[in-house]
Amino acid sequence: MAITYTSGEQVEVYRFSIPATILIPLAAVFLQAWLPLRLPFFSIFDLPLLVTIGFATARRSPLAGLFTGSLIGILQDALTHQAIGLYGIALTVVGFGASSLGIKLDVEHAGARFLLTIFFYIVHEVVYFTIARGMVGLRMAWSWPHEFWSGLANALLGVLVFMVLDRVKQRT
Amino acid sequence: MDVLGRYRNLIVLVGVLFAQILGLAVQVNVKRTADSEPTRLIRIWAVGMITPLEKALVWAQTSSSNVWHDYFYLRGVRAENRGLKQQIERMSLERVRISQDADQARRLQALLAFKEQFISATMAAQVIGGSGSELSRVVFIDKGYNDGIRPDMAVITADGVVGKVLEVYRVPSTSKVLLINDQSSGVGAILDKTRTQGILRGTASGEVVLEKVMSDETVPAGEMVLTSGGDGVFPKGLLVGRVTKVAPGSELFLNIHVRPAADLSRLEEVLVVTKIDERQAEPDQTGAVRAVDILAERLPAVPSKPEDAVKSSVPGTVAPGTIAPPSPGSDAKPKAASPEASTASGSPAARKPANSASSAGTGSGTSSGTSPVTRTANGAAKIPPKPVKTATEPKPQPAVEDSPH
Repeated sequence: MAITYTSGEQVEVYRFSIPATILIPLAAVFLQAWLPLRLPFFSIFDLPLLVTIGFATARRSPLAGLFTGSLIGILQDALTHQAIGLYGIALTVVGFGASSLGIKLDVEHAGARFLLTIFFYIVHEVVYFTIARGMVGLRMAWSWPHEFWSGLANALLGVLVFMVLDRVKQRT
Repeated sequence: MDVLGRYRNLIVLVGVLFAQILGLAVQVNVKRTADSEPTRLIRIWAVGMITPLEKALVWAQTSSSNVWHDYFYLRGVRAENRGLKQQIERMSLERVRISQDADQARRLQALLAFKEQFISATMAAQVIGGSGSELSRVVFIDKGYNDGIRPDMAVITADGVVGKVLEVYRVPSTSKVLLINDQSSGVGAILDKTRTQGILRGTASGEVVLEKVMSDETVPAGEMVLTSGGDGVFPKGLLVGRVTKVAPGSELFLNIHVRPAADLSRLEEVLVVTKIDERQAEPDQTGAVRAVDILAERLPAVPSKPEDAVKSSVPGTVAPGTIAPPSPGSDAKPKAASPEASTASGSPAARKPANSASSAGTGSGTSSGTSPVTRTANGAAKIPPKPVKTATEPKPQPAVEDSPH
């Protein structure tokens, strides 16, 4: 029997309706592409990443998490001019990790969600940086202060995104 | 079998990651070997899903903004109109000076059989979205294949160069534009005063750097950077930006930072250069217009003689030596009286050059109190007798008017 750090109620598995499963990631990718042109500061956020973490922790299924992350990432890649798979790989890892951790940790509280988002934001950036620089040959510079502040900003927004997802998720 | 079931999740994860890494490797290899990468079906689907939403949102935003600014919020429009009229007058004088310089340059270029590039057609497009990634500085515009956009067309604004068309889509009709501050972008550039050439590249942080300039060159901060035309995408002489910082770079080259003239973070409307003509320069045969001529056009008119007035009162005839006022429905350019007619009446007035006639037409159309001007054979401006207004005489149409649109 696996040891978990959650109460009986907290290991509850949720699901999302088909419209929510399709429209929420689509809206996240759309807003990520559209908003930074109107509000340049918004480029610091990564809405598709937050939605991937939100879906993965609610479903608590590693397979569902990795496929959700993979599809959202590939959709995000398709809008760029870089090779398809950079975001795909990073979000696959995040989706798998977040759902696996969601089984073991209590992710119903805002504090836990905040820390979880910072952690997976860093994981996402490390995977993306490694693949982009090592495989695709993009010129990139790693900056810890930038990553820290971006992680903090995304974690704050992440708490709000989780609250929105709480409203549309359904108990199985 | 039990092991497979136990590690099923991990095996699927490794499989999915492996598939994506394999796909990535294939794409990187294609990019390195082929000049142009084919557009992937998945990109077409993604663009097909996202850009219609962006188009609809931008249309709604633009429409509501237009209704507000064009029909309700008209405060200060008259003052702005007056200011713009003054600006037109100042620019007319400036144009004379510049056209003289340009004509001289054309004569020299013709002597050298120099071929120039001209932007002969552009298409206005609206920026509807971006990529959503800081490492991919591209924007989507609302014009695509069906509108005549093709890959590698230059994209500019009134301020300066923006980038080039990267991919063009049929359905929905949209295009992906690579900005000059993307790290995969490269623009042939030349410094305005020192005429030093280099390659303009973007960086990962979104800055623009001029590369391949030798460290023994002197590059002052603030110098303008123009397109050199050497890349085959941008015509020569377009403003790219200004030098902000010069520092020693790697090897023997300088590290020159350039601030783009166009605000790449707040793009709304752009122009796609759809046609560039290349032709040999020809000197302007019509002759230069002097500043004094333009000023003379704005002098008050002198009343005409009675016999001229009688002749001009007949509909369809024009007093010799005068320029006919524009008729309603026609364009604002008045027709100059023929030299023969001027000679027949004994007037020494000569026909005005075509470009001067057009500026006379503009003058009579834009401001009241101005009169048409004839020119003597030696080029001096002469104020002609003013035709007497009759009941049938049409009034010149104002060229600029306050319109609700």
